Amino acid sequence: MSTSTELAPAATDAVWLHGVTTGVAPGTLAGIVGIAGTPVRAVPAAGLVAVVSDAPLTEYGEEALRRNLEDLTWLEQTARAHHAVVAALSRAAVVVPARLATVHSDDDRVTRVLVERRDEFAGTLARLADRDEWGVKGYVVPGPPPPAAEPTGGGGGAGAAYLRRRRAQLTAREEGQQIAADAAAAVHTALAGYAAAARRHAPQDRRLSGASTAMALNGAYLVDRDRVDHFADLVRGLADRHPQLRLELTGPWPPYSFVAEPAPAVGGSA
Amino acid sequence: MAVTSLAPSSADDPLAHRPVALVDLLDRVLAKGVVVSGDITLSIADIDLVRISLRALIASVGALAPDQAAPEPVRPDRAAPHPTVLEVEP
Repeated sequence: MSTSTELAPAATDAVWLHGVTTGVAPGTLAGIVGIAGTPVRAVPAAGLVAVVSDAPLTEYGEEALRRNLEDLTWLEQTARAHHAVVAALSRAAVVVPARLATVHSDDDRVTRVLVERRDEFAGTLARLADRDEWGVKGYVVPGPPPPAAEPTGGGGGAGAAYLRRRRAQLTAREEGQQIAADAAAAVHTALAGYAAAARRHAPQDRRLSGASTAMALNGAYLVDRDRVDHFADLVRGLADRHPQLRLELTGPWPPYSFVAEPAPAVGGSA
Repeated sequence: MAVTSLAPSSADDPLAHRPVALVDLLDRVLAKGVVVSGDITLSIADIDLVRISLRALIASVGALAPDQAAPEPVRPDRAAPHPTVLEVEP
């Protein structure tokens, strides 16, 4: 069924966007496998290059996507495949990563986006040049446990004792959470002051992170490549100063968290 | 003791990048604020849906300790630091 008419042929593939860059050496792309197992392609326009994968509509069309996104195995494979491309690109060039599941119907649509938003891309690429994203997560370090239930007065038997103990635990936990939140804010402010840009993601659910304690900080920081050592030193120093938090540094990441201009005025949390 | 668990993994050699945690990755590839909108682009509502279904799925897999509503001692049976469904396949 290879008819070519005036109308757009009944497409079987959509175009999955990985990211936009100023340009990559042809050899770079040849070695990168895209979203559906095929090599990625370059779609050049307006002095920019969009790096894309052909994505079968049966799997990446709108309906299929919606269904597949609820399949954790599919989601993981897809997120990792997308990330592999973006990470490879960002090692070779400056790249504006696309969010997961940014799909266009064909190359012409991609070209149009590049042309229409050329200035914005150019500005973003300039902002991201020679910088990487680093993640700093802060996990709550539990304080000393509340004193065990003392078999003293108060009366009321086991039930009342239980309630007292429970109340003490809750109070201790609230205080601990407040202390951790303050420490997280202080750490974030210090890191943001050093980084070129910063934002806070929502703390990860423990059920997803598998961490044994709650997360108080899930920060992302855009850091100049030649200042990374100092940034890591700063993280270590902050960890010493804020023993209520266990800090974890991850990176370098492609600048996923910094593709959008920071919102004017509002600082700090995202 | 202020424990700094540094996991840069790759500052020296990016190619030796060890697999990243899926949650960290999803924070980023689903981050708010898009510059590029496609013919299909996930809306914030879609993304929230993804997060909810992730949670539901993980809960149903049973990798999850019950909510800490009850004053129980720490459950020693959480041997795996990560729910199995989130384990990394290279």
